[in-house]
Amino acid sequence: MEAMILLESGMIITGTAFGAAKTIVGEIVFNTGMTGYQELLTDPSYAGQIVVMTYPLIGNYGVNAVDVQSDHIQVSGFIVKEFAEHESNWKSDKRLNEYLKEQGIFAIANIDTRMLTRIIRNHGTMKCLMTTEEITEEMKAKLKSHSFPKDIVKQVSREDIAVLDGSWKKIGLIDLGVKRGIIEQLQQYGEIHLFPWNVSAETILSHGLDAVLLSNGPGDPKDVLKTIETTKTLIGKIPLFGICLGEQILALALGGDTYKLKFGHRGSNHPVQDVRTNKVMITSQNHGYAISSESLPENVQVTHINVNDATVEGFCSPDHQIHAVQFHPEAGPGPKDADYIFEEWFSLLEGSEQSA
Amino acid sequence: MPKNPMLKKVLVIGSGPIIIGQAAEFDYAGTQACKALKEEGIEVVLVNSNPATIMTDDHIADQVYIQPLTVETLTYIINQQKPDGLLPTLGGQTGLNLAVELQEAGVLEEYEVKLLGTSLDSIQKAEDRDKFKKLMEKISEPVAPSKIVYSVEEGENFAKEIGFPIIVRPAYTLGGLGGGIARNIEELKTILQSGLMNSRIHQVLLEKSVEGWKEIEYEVMRDSNDTCIIICNMENIDPVGIHTGDSIVVAPSQTLRDEEYHLLRSSAIKIIRALQIEGGCNVQFALNPERLEYIVIEVNPRVSRSSALASKAAGYPIAKIAAKIAIGLHLHEIPNYVTQKTKASFEPALDYVVTKIPKWPFDKFPDANRTLGTQMKATGEVMAIDRTFESSFLKAIISLEGNDTGLRRRELSSLTNEEIIRRIGICDDERIFVIAEGLRKGILVEEIHAVTKIDPWFLYKIEQIIQIEKALEKEPLTVELLREAEKKGFTNEEIQELSGESMAMVDTLRRAHNIYPIYKMVDTCAAEFESATPYYYSTYEQEDENIISKKEKIIVIGSGPIRIGQGIEFDYCSVHAALAIKEAGYESIIINNNPETVSTDFDIADKLYFEPLYSEDVYNVIRKEMPKGVIVQFGGQTAINLAQRLQKKGVQILGTSVDSIDAAENRERFERLLYELGISQPRGIAVTGIEEAILAVKKIGYPVLVRPSYVIGGRAMQVIYNEDKLRQYVKEATSISSEHPILIDQYIEGIEVEVDAISDGEDILIPGIVEHIERTGVHSGDSICVYPPQTLPEDVIDTLVEKTQKIAKALPVIGLMNIQFVVRDGDVYVIEVNPRGSRTVPILSKVTQVPMVHLAVKVILGEKLNNLGYGIGLFPTTNLVAVKAPVFSFLKLNDVDVALMPEMKSTGEVLGIDSNYEDALVKAFVAAGYSFPKEGTVLLSLNEKDHKEAIGLIQQLKKLGFNLAATKGTAAYYRKQGLEIGLIEKEKLELIQEQINMKEIKMVINTPTQGRDPRRKGFQIRSMADKCQIPYFTSLDTVNAYLRALQRVNQQIPLTYDVLDQYM
Repeated sequence: MEAMILLESGMIITGTAFGAAKTIVGEIVFNTGMTGYQELLTDPSYAGQIVVMTYPLIGNYGVNAVDVQSDHIQVSGFIVKEFAEHESNWKSDKRLNEYLKEQGIFAIANIDTRMLTRIIRNHGTMKCLMTTEEITEEMKAKLKSHSFPKDIVKQVSREDIAVLDGSWKKIGLIDLGVKRGIIEQLQQYGEIHLFPWNVSAETILSHGLDAVLLSNGPGDPKDVLKTIETTKTLIGKIPLFGICLGEQILALALGGDTYKLKFGHRGSNHPVQDVRTNKVMITSQNHGYAISSESLPENVQVTHINVNDATVEGFCSPDHQIHAVQFHPEAGPGPKDADYIFEEWFSLLEGSEQSA
Repeated sequence: MPKNPMLKKVLVIGSGPIIIGQAAEFDYAGTQACKALKEEGIEVVLVNSNPATIMTDDHIADQVYIQPLTVETLTYIINQQKPDGLLPTLGGQTGLNLAVELQEAGVLEEYEVKLLGTSLDSIQKAEDRDKFKKLMEKISEPVAPSKIVYSVEEGENFAKEIGFPIIVRPAYTLGGLGGGIARNIEELKTILQSGLMNSRIHQVLLEKSVEGWKEIEYEVMRDSNDTCIIICNMENIDPVGIHTGDSIVVAPSQTLRDEEYHLLRSSAIKIIRALQIEGGCNVQFALNPERLEYIVIEVNPRVSRSSALASKAAGYPIAKIAAKIAIGLHLHEIPNYVTQKTKASFEPALDYVVTKIPKWPFDKFPDANRTLGTQMKATGEVMAIDRTFESSFLKAIISLEGNDTGLRRRELSSLTNEEIIRRIGICDDERIFVIAEGLRKGILVEEIHAVTKIDPWFLYKIEQIIQIEKALEKEPLTVELLREAEKKGFTNEEIQELSGESMAMVDTLRRAHNIYPIYKMVDTCAAEFESATPYYYSTYEQEDENIISKKEKIIVIGSGPIRIGQGIEFDYCSVHAALAIKEAGYESIIINNNPETVSTDFDIADKLYFEPLYSEDVYNVIRKEMPKGVIVQFGGQTAINLAQRLQKKGVQILGTSVDSIDAAENRERFERLLYELGISQPRGIAVTGIEEAILAVKKIGYPVLVRPSYVIGGRAMQVIYNEDKLRQYVKEATSISSEHPILIDQYIEGIEVEVDAISDGEDILIPGIVEHIERTGVHSGDSICVYPPQTLPEDVIDTLVEKTQKIAKALPVIGLMNIQFVVRDGDVYVIEVNPRGSRTVPILSKVTQVPMVHLAVKVILGEKLNNLGYGIGLFPTTNLVAVKAPVFSFLKLNDVDVALMPEMKSTGEVLGIDSNYEDALVKAFVAAGYSFPKEGTVLLSLNEKDHKEAIGLIQQLKKLGFNLAATKGTAAYYRKQGLEIGLIEKEKLELIQEQINMKEIKMVINTPTQGRDPRRKGFQIRSMADKCQIPYFTSLDTVNAYLRALQRVNQQIPLTYDVLDQYM
């Protein structure tokens, strides 16, 4: 079935529908990872977004029950050059097409994704509409009036508090749309107390935790006011860690500022330098916003920068026992170069306890 | 960290002659390294014995030594140059081994030369099977159950422990030399014997086979700051069991999940860290296709063929960056040369599929065993890029220039399903076509997978291609179908043939619906950053991002994969052509498909198109660029063969016209031309059948030289002395090429001479004349030859010049030409004229310092030789004498006759340079790997017709102190002449082998009676000598030259190893 992409700029690109055909609106972004489409599809940070894969052949190894970052597909739409009609991998349960169909996700193939990527790169991230129907004025109006949901974090966060067993530390995790990979990493360090985005500082403090981590998540950090407020209260009372959106929220809570990147960082090949050691690692990234380094208060040190564009990739505030990174040390998808970050954080915790 | 300030002068060792397993990729790597070092202000000293390389050009390094790669040479040069550092990891296994030997000899310590990049200790840890295994165990990386053995008995015992199949991998060898898979005790014994012999340290690894697992490679880089990055990973379509150099490979991996990809990535990084590599490194894995499990197969702690492929596939110049790392720079300090905005410390993201297919020499060696295994047999490779797998794959198939325009091979269509299943059980060069035929016949993917273990994903993709074939056959050719077929890489010829539509009809459809390829850029980052690389590939998609400049442009057609008869010399010509075009103020554009070479480095031409050298693909580029013209004379026969088709489409061929090319290549026209010019040539007749052939020989008389028309490197060319052989030849030859006749020429025994000239249509400039050591009958590519001629009288030289001049003017040639002459009793005959660059162009350009390709480009663009500053006529010689010697790769190819014949067999060449003939001769022999025994037995087995002529040689051998032993006929003849000579029975091959092993027989002289028949004892004796690496000769002329060199060696006066100018 023929399908169309209507870009904010008015451009229409035609392809072939797969997955569950319908009409959707979202923010269009591209990801340069050559593997990891299933992890990416299920990553809550992509909520509200339509993802274009720059690698042309997607679905080659099928999908399975394990390589997921949450229990369902999170992207609003998916755009590829070609999806595999025949997959091959010992772990595969089904084809990508079926998976998308089952979960009601609309995808378009036969798109010149390199062209689309270049458009996004030059124009910046934009809104787009995907449909199998003829494009009407109504649709154009719908696209025009669409705004990225301000409550997107609420949509992907949780409502209850849950505790996952573990030994050693007691770790609080504010779920802003957390990836399963982060939970799996934290489980190596202890018991995890999962909180919704709108949890109060009092509740968190009442759990007797060793540290709190603010997770990754979708959207503009400035929209997550409640979490920023909670974080402000927690600063200085308990060691705080942040990943991706969690990092941005920490920066805002510390009085810093964030801004929207032209087209974000999404892929598995981003070089990040630890400015303290000069070491460079390759990281998995997925973010549309960044921290403005000038905005950070004096007691905050930038610890990591992106080698490509020198944006802030991590900071710490030793006074407040705050450590945060913009990239994804939990990988999945992407390289595991940065998994030492968790170890580092928890060993810091150990150190501070001993000194206290 | 900035570069090490102590480094002011660095020595780079090249990889020597091209052999199977070590080809043009090291010219690419070495050239990049030299350029990278010079960029950093370091003085570069380069040593290489291979004259056909770009790296030995004087503008690449500061001091260029074209000298043998031996410890003696290097010690001399190190003493003379006093370099601060030595970069050993860019010259392949040869460079690496030499660095190890220099270290072991204490030379590096004595002269305080610092080894740069990866340390020798690391190299040994990676290359020594035992040390590597221990290291892997230490860092908990899985390896196959294995054992290092030093003897056959040890091997047998281990086999009893772990069972078969077992992989045999000798340590410190190239391209898996001497290795293989043993399935039973007998096979194990045989392979072990050769493996132990071929290993420098007589060490072999026996390993439990994981045949059938996925073979995955990672190209990794690491700097002294411990930053590690993956440049590219690659998946072999052929699973473990086939040498990666002989496998069809795709990049990036296609069937690995993120978890699997990163499991192996993390392992590769862990290994490169444990080894403390500083530079590039290749890690090979076997990945279980049924569960999350892998083993590390091996590590190459240096740049390699795979790294050249990865560099071209990802747009990331590994060798260049490795050189920068070696002098202390860190990845995050080095710019990404492609984007120019980002840094070298990132991992390229590909947004296309790359396919590499090896180019095998089996078309040249119809007798060779075509089975592929752990020992590499390919001489070169092609690479193709596209946005679909199908098209990337088909483009690569077409790039092989094996007459395939798609996946269909007519001769396979009659195979039955049973035959297909049986044939695909063994991997050979044709397997992929047989698989396609199987799918065409309805054999299921599952069934083919079960036999071949090729991942079903690839088989499904091939099935997709078959489905389009079928659609084209059955359905009317609609716009949609045409577009679909193009997207999947179908050629025009294939579409027409399958659909039955005319070219005109297909063209009309194309024009009406604008079905033409567009071009996309290779930019390392999947379009994430704006890039300026002028590196493009074609695809059928929406957006064309090709920026066509307003400048006037000239396109150079490259020479495709390295093969026997068309080697790196044409890449040399193409590179120089591109540079000269730039110099002349035009935009230079190269089209080529060989990932190993310098010409496909993205900073050589102003613009690079990575495309098949197939008329349609080339024409599409021309359509887009609208160049002033296209130059075909630098890309070997590949480019020449395109000329006519391109001209028919209205393309301007610059330089020698298509008509003149035809006049030189078309036998009848050429004969007529020579007749009109009053130039003699061997009498020749073209025939298409046996009766005609017999009649022809009646006119010409035996011996005759027979060959098919229109060929490269004298394929299937033979000297024939009788009718039986003639009948046999005609029978075989017609099956090789039915379209073209067989040529029968009078065989004139004499001195072969080669003249290369630049012609502007009026005048010519001959930079130099080259005389062959071996008489006619040995292919010019396989003979030892010398510049300037040593035996030709002045009047003969004058005649050669005069005849060259006449032919150049008559054709006329505009640009380069090469003429092969034969001189007999002062008479000069023309054998052939090649209106193009030749094998001798790089050599002559270097030794005469006449920039031949640059001058050729200038005359092509309309300038006159008279104004170019090098004069006309024969360029004056200096004191310099240069001897070129061929180098062969027989060790890698079973069942090929090692004897010199009219058919070319060498894969590479070396050059010996000095100011006298003997010294140059010694250097050429040494560089080509000959040793000079002082005593021992020489085994003689001569063709009857050579008996008399060899008397002088035999007396000389005796005088030199050698014992003589001969086979029956030979011994009888010389005994009759009163010569004392031992007898060795030909039938007792084991005895001969034993005597070679015991170092009693030190040399073999065997002139073949028949050749090419592996059942004959002579064939077996010379093969044995080749395998045991003792000097052996199959032509008396070579023996003469060798003895001359041997006498020089015996004088024990040291040779000098200086830069070329010193000898002029």
